Amino acid sequence: MNSFTLTQAAAVDEAVRDFAGHAGAAYLGGGTNLIDLMKENVSRPAHLTSLGHLPLSDITGLPDGGLRLGALATNADTAWHPEVEARYPLLSQTILAGATPQLRNMATNGGNLLQRTRCYYFYDLATPCNKREPGSGCSAIGGQNRVCGVLGTSASCIATHPSDLCVALAALEAVVRVQGPRGERTIKFADFHRLPGNQPELDNTLQPGELVTAIDLPAQGYAKNFTYLKLRDRASYAFALVSVAVGLEMDGNTIKTARFALGGVAHKPWRDPAAEKMLEGQTASPDLFRQVATKVFAEAKGYGVNSFKIELGKRAIVRALEQASEMDQAIDSNAFLNSNP
Amino acid sequence: MSQTIATPPTVRLDSDVIGKPISRPEGPAKVSGAAKYAAEYNVPNLWYGYIVDSPIVKGKITKIDASAVLALPGVQQVFSHENVPSFAWFDRSYKDDVAPGGSPFRPLHEPEILFSQQPVALVVAETFELARYAASILRIEYAVDEDFNTDLDKARAAGKGFDAPKGKTGFLPPPKPKGDAEKAFQAAAHKIEGEYVHHAQHHNPMEMFATTVEWLGDGKKLKIYDKTQGAPNVQQYISKIFGLGKDEARVISKYTGGGFGSGLRPQHQVFLAVMASLELEHSVRVSLTRQQMFSLGHRPHTIQDVKLSSDDQGCLQSIEHNAFAETSQYENETETVVNWSGILYKSDNSKFAYELAKIDVDTPADMRAPGAATGSFAIESAIDELSYKAGVDPLEFRLLNYTYTDPTEDKPFSSKRLIDCYHEGAKRFGWDQRNPEPRSTREGNLLVGWGMGSGCWDASMQKAAAKASLSADGQLTVSSATNDQGAGTYVIMTQVAAQTLGLPIEQVKFNLGDTDFPVAPIQGGSWTAASVGSAVQAVCQEIGKKLLKLAQRMENSPLEGIDFEDVQFADGHIRANEDITRTVAIAEVLAASGEAKVEAESSAQPNPINTMKYSMHSHNAAFVEVKVDEDLGTIHVTRVVNAVAAGRILNPKTARSQVLGGTVWGISMALMEEAYLDNNLGRYMNHNYSEYHIPVNADIHKIDVIFVEEEDDLVNPLGVKGVGEIGMLGVAAAIANAVYHATGKRVRDLPLTIDKLL
Repeated sequence: MNSFTLTQAAAVDEAVRDFAGHAGAAYLGGGTNLIDLMKENVSRPAHLTSLGHLPLSDITGLPDGGLRLGALATNADTAWHPEVEARYPLLSQTILAGATPQLRNMATNGGNLLQRTRCYYFYDLATPCNKREPGSGCSAIGGQNRVCGVLGTSASCIATHPSDLCVALAALEAVVRVQGPRGERTIKFADFHRLPGNQPELDNTLQPGELVTAIDLPAQGYAKNFTYLKLRDRASYAFALVSVAVGLEMDGNTIKTARFALGGVAHKPWRDPAAEKMLEGQTASPDLFRQVATKVFAEAKGYGVNSFKIELGKRAIVRALEQASEMDQAIDSNAFLNSNP
Repeated sequence: MSQTIATPPTVRLDSDVIGKPISRPEGPAKVSGAAKYAAEYNVPNLWYGYIVDSPIVKGKITKIDASAVLALPGVQQVFSHENVPSFAWFDRSYKDDVAPGGSPFRPLHEPEILFSQQPVALVVAETFELARYAASILRIEYAVDEDFNTDLDKARAAGKGFDAPKGKTGFLPPPKPKGDAEKAFQAAAHKIEGEYVHHAQHHNPMEMFATTVEWLGDGKKLKIYDKTQGAPNVQQYISKIFGLGKDEARVISKYTGGGFGSGLRPQHQVFLAVMASLELEHSVRVSLTRQQMFSLGHRPHTIQDVKLSSDDQGCLQSIEHNAFAETSQYENETETVVNWSGILYKSDNSKFAYELAKIDVDTPADMRAPGAATGSFAIESAIDELSYKAGVDPLEFRLLNYTYTDPTEDKPFSSKRLIDCYHEGAKRFGWDQRNPEPRSTREGNLLVGWGMGSGCWDASMQKAAAKASLSADGQLTVSSATNDQGAGTYVIMTQVAAQTLGLPIEQVKFNLGDTDFPVAPIQGGSWTAASVGSAVQAVCQEIGKKLLKLAQRMENSPLEGIDFEDVQFADGHIRANEDITRTVAIAEVLAASGEAKVEAESSAQPNPINTMKYSMHSHNAAFVEVKVDEDLGTIHVTRVVNAVAAGRILNPKTARSQVLGGTVWGISMALMEEAYLDNNLGRYMNHNYSEYHIPVNADIHKIDVIFVEEEDDLVNPLGVKGVGEIGMLGVAAAIANAVYHATGKRVRDLPLTIDKLL
């Protein structure tokens, strides 16, 4: 870890100015990822603009019936917020499937969007990694890529975005509010994270100095038919091998609206609008779900160790859609085993 | 003087402390943070060493440029092969008590790189943060040698295997063959053949390795606070290398935050901290990061081939068990892997082999139940497979092939109540309700399976010594240089001492982890209870003899003319066995003697006749229930019954904790543990707690521990066998067997992760 200076910002514009005024600056939220990266020498900011005192921790209703999540509201406070629990249970369940209570108490919503990949090579300075050091090569291709992606990968990077929360935000079609040196703007969630292409060092579409201030949820929370299915190597405190967040609007056994996103398989939470369309207006059935799953992974590419994710991903989609569409029916008594927070 | 006590002759039972679930005396210190671990001794004027490790797996350091580092204010020195003075010349000086054969690794000795993450430099600075930063900017250039191999399969295919050589204490070569296993296999009614694999696994104790060396400013005198499983082993290693006398290198290790075998051998950090302290004439601490913990030993990747056959009734006709394991280029780490198959089951025809191959990794190390955890997974899976072939219930199959003598040595067992483990474990589990058909039980999306496995481990004893001092106020202090890595040494030794002298446990204190105390072996092999326990018993008996003599010197002594063998110590009194009314209080003996204290030192060692005549082992049988989501490949171990026969149980509370921990480890081995080795880079890649998976609480469900009654007066004076390893045996196989029972799918390659069931 290198030496750095630190400013405690009191207001958003002050934070943005402070960041712009320091070469090699980074924003510090809950620190649950950045501090680790600094200890590993992966991130070596010369200056930290600490956001801890900014008034961005509130969760408030929006005029259109949606809900605004402050960027600095913690993951824990968000998951247990009565409005979130009642209207966006998918989000609540998804947050609680991630990390540990201690981490969720520290981690912020804004920071969650910006966490870096958990690809082993990204964290190990002894190894080539295009995301960490552009042009050095990708060790995960042909290496230990159990945690890497099978969709939207490129020849320079197969890393995945590790967040659970973001998978639900993608399915819920949230909007990210940011403020930067050039003022405020909003980014559709689907456009917030990017695919690696030949610039894997860029995880998202934020411009230099831009700060996430809030995440807006639309009014539709899919509170009746939803599921977050997370498959991982142990029951808690493990990143998803594959996860699926589903929100459905049902009319009897007919799917009116379908939104779903996948985690653990790509450089960003993976949406497939064409696959969602295949569900809409259709009667829920395992056959239909299997067709949808096949469509989602039609272009998938496995890299040896992680090739199992293609089949696992398909099965996960089928199961998640079954769970979400059958929510008002009998709940499997052993469901806890696969959805353990 | 004498007192008449109207107590029946069974008085002893009331005062027994052995066998009671007594809590650890050090518990409050541990949970309140008062217990200090090696990296927590904040001695005055401390400097901090940070290890720089190799990014490459093979090659040579060509250049070290430390100028920028040394220019930083507060950096004291950068040590590397370029400036570390030559200490001892010969390999033998670097051999510790449990070193395998070969040439031990010498940190910072040569520019050659032998394994990835090899320590190549030590930066010493006035603060830890500065040392860490300085290490990150140290420039080292390497000439990379691309001709390396870390892939065991590749080494095997290339015919690089060789018979595992002798050289390591405790290693038993494979048993001699019996009959004609190949012929019997060909002729048998039922047979199976399988290859069983597990990959490298790392110990990952909670406490990272660390050493704080306090420079006492008096010649070369050092106080070395080390994380280890054996202070005396560290002391002799350090003394030989640096030419220090016993009084110059005092090693202290009061608390050890888990070791599991990783702390048996002195590790890099103690060498580096002592070296830096001697060179700089200053107190120095070196602590490892979690990532660096992946460079000092691991359970070796092992490939096992098992061939078994039985007659149409299920009686074993042949056992063939071969193991092929990795070792480093510089040492031959050996484990006893295949022998257990021969000890557990009778067969007229058997054949065993154990080969090693050298790959470019750091030397593997003993890890909880070394060799046995490996071998038991293979044999207990294979037995299960054969039981299905023969159409015999897996438990019934084991009973059919049960042996009352050790077939590998043709000796009787000193005791073997494995049969009770089978029966009591099966009863508690409800095994008789099992539907033998695979895939026969379903709960919603989940398939339910029941499986079992068993195991055995050496009940061994090493020479150990202890001293004791009983003061006039009745306080007994017993000390030995043994270790407590969390097993419960403090409490069981306190119990043995209190029991032997009949003192209330509150009046007994046991000290350990200091080379100023009498020598004890490293804490490994499940032998501490037997070895140190016997020494503690012996030294307390010495105190008892002295007390009896003092009692007999008292005026009108009620114990006049009685031999030591004919008295008992209980409730703070010495009593005649034949007439318990002939008694005197120990406090009165001390008061009358005028002595300030009574002291003794003694040692205990195994009875050579018994160890020659008998095979001595602990045993267990594990029964597990799994629930498998077949579509998603998830496995949950929802229930375990682990029945253990380990002789006398000194403390059912700490012994149960040992078996619980072993069971969890078995679950971990079965479902999660694998260090992912990148063979392109020759480097373990999931080198942290986040990605090297061990179970969290949510993975662990109901675990029932049973200790079956087992009396053994041949194994050692206390009749104990140790419980450190036995609890994990059979568990991994039982889980794989249960998964087969649930799904009909046999997985022979651990860990049983999601992808292997799809």
